[in-house]
Amino acid sequence: MKKSAMPQELKFSMKGKGKIVTNGIFASNPVFRLVLGMCPTLAISTSAFNGLGMGLAATVVLVCSNALVSLLRKVIPDKVRIPAYVLIIATFVTLVEMLLRKFIPALYDALGIYLPLIVVNCIILARAEAFASTNKVGDSVLDGLGMGLGFTLALVLLGVIREFLGSGTFFTGSFGDVEFGVTLGDLPDYSMAVFVLPAGGFLTLGLVMAAINAISDKAAKARDEKHEEEGKLIDEMVREHVENELAETENIAKDEVYAERSLPSSGDDGDMPVGEERK
Amino acid sequence: MKNLRVSSSPHITSPATTRRIMLDVIIALMPAVIAMVLLYGFYPLVLTVLSVSMAVFSEWVFNVVTKRPQTVRDLSSVVTGIMLALNLPPVVPFYVPMVGAAFAILIVKMLFGGIGKNFANPAITARIFLMLAWTGVMTRFVLPVDLSDGANLFAYFSHGVDISLPDAITTATPMQHIKDAISSGGDPAEGLSALDMFLGRIGGSAGEVSTLAVLIGGVYLAVRRVIDVKIPVLYIASTALFTAIFFADSPYVGEYVWTYLLGGGLMFGAVFMATDYATSPKTPVAVVIYGLGLGFLTVVIRKFGTMNEGVSFAILLMNIVTPLLEKIKRKPFGTPVKGAREIFAEIGAKFGKKSSRDEEGGECVG
Repeated sequence: MKKSAMPQELKFSMKGKGKIVTNGIFASNPVFRLVLGMCPTLAISTSAFNGLGMGLAATVVLVCSNALVSLLRKVIPDKVRIPAYVLIIATFVTLVEMLLRKFIPALYDALGIYLPLIVVNCIILARAEAFASTNKVGDSVLDGLGMGLGFTLALVLLGVIREFLGSGTFFTGSFGDVEFGVTLGDLPDYSMAVFVLPAGGFLTLGLVMAAINAISDKAAKARDEKHEEEGKLIDEMVREHVENELAETENIAKDEVYAERSLPSSGDDGDMPVGEERK
Repeated sequence: MKNLRVSSSPHITSPATTRRIMLDVIIALMPAVIAMVLLYGFYPLVLTVLSVSMAVFSEWVFNVVTKRPQTVRDLSSVVTGIMLALNLPPVVPFYVPMVGAAFAILIVKMLFGGIGKNFANPAITARIFLMLAWTGVMTRFVLPVDLSDGANLFAYFSHGVDISLPDAITTATPMQHIKDAISSGGDPAEGLSALDMFLGRIGGSAGEVSTLAVLIGGVYLAVRRVIDVKIPVLYIASTALFTAIFFADSPYVGEYVWTYLLGGGLMFGAVFMATDYATSPKTPVAVVIYGLGLGFLTVVIRKFGTMNEGVSFAILLMNIVTPLLEKIKRKPFGTPVKGAREIFAEIGAKFGKKSSRDEEGGECVG
């Protein structure tokens, strides 16, 4: 019984490559969990479309830079690794910037200074440092993808809330000549401009983060209770086992004591046990 | 024998409960509410009722949803609701005070742990939130109506629900007037009457315009010892002082000082907002710095900022630094008080020793 419980636990934590991707999206979401990349998060999430564009641009850079950093991880000397990472990231950022400028100029204008600033985005640098520099290429790419999608998801979530409350629209934007998005009746007249301002960014981020923490705390509590029950079972089994072992060793020891005692005590009568107790 | 209780210190009891204190504040706010009705009719009163009911309702709902002990009976949310409504322009759409009250109670007060644990005054933070959310609505003021004609009591009901107010009935507040004077270099008091400003016959926030009503409430609170009188006195005095300093190069220093004291929300903020228990400091040094800081920030924002009024921002900023002010070094109880002679002797000894050591060092090197 006990032997079957342990390997199951191990198998659970080693569950495939999909885990690396979902880890970036949920368990260690760069915005809500690692609290990285706050500057672009607060500045860009004023509308859902901007958030989506920024998130995808960062994802492309993240995947490419993670792959290259991982490939070069044995070549880059430890002392100059940060400049090397920044150089790699800057290369890809320049590429993305040129592509956006050519194909989606509207988004390029909306992102403004924050696009070139992806170079120093802490998420990308942090993943290069924490993951890509110590892991295989395939895993690094998956990690970059997961983290990038997590970042995108967070930006879109914040963007939808802020856009709805701050400008009364839903996912407006333009892709080339195509305009899309919904303007909700008279709502723009009554919208609260504060949510498009930086103050509203902090407010929304804080409230969403609080909600996510509350939900995950609840889930963690339920999981802990389950674990505790399992742990109690295991503890009981271990205790039983230990008791059995102890009893066995005691039995052996007693047998030995009896064996020892039986030899000298055969000569003396009565006094010997008292002396032993004093020791 | 059942009434004998064994407990640890402190053993001093006081009849002051949160409920009693809040009731005192509500009583003190009543003159301002009456002045508001006398000046603007019944519409702002409806806003006040909406604001209060929304504040109480939000607190009740929050406590029910999060399964906390019910705290609405301590009346603190009623105080927040009244203060918020008095802080708004007299004619705003009905949902503005409701959103503001919900924001004040839910986000500023309850999410930080409820009464006594809020980092800033809920009413002032909600006012700033509304100011940023609906800037247009929140900066449109009207002149008091002539209530000798009974129909005017209900003058603003027809405009109240509409987001856009006809330009004809809006007016510039004295603060706007002073702001214009700063940029043009003219006389800030031109066209302003001190008596009108004292009684409240000017455009401004519904409950703040009447300095007289606010001061009556302030005196009541001071007599009941609900507020620390040092804070409003220091705030008002330092505002006068810093106005005199910042406008020293202007030929109209005197005019700036009295218009700044009577205009805007200074009196209301000083008496009711800056003295909030949870967000104002208690130690003497901290209180002085708090009062000076409030005056300084108010004048700086009023003179150099883009907005006409700086009281709410000044109070919010000083609320935030209050925990830091409280940390300023205090002597432990029982430390002997040093006289001037001892202090001089100590300093002398310090310098004496230092100089002698220097001489020794010099000799050694030489």
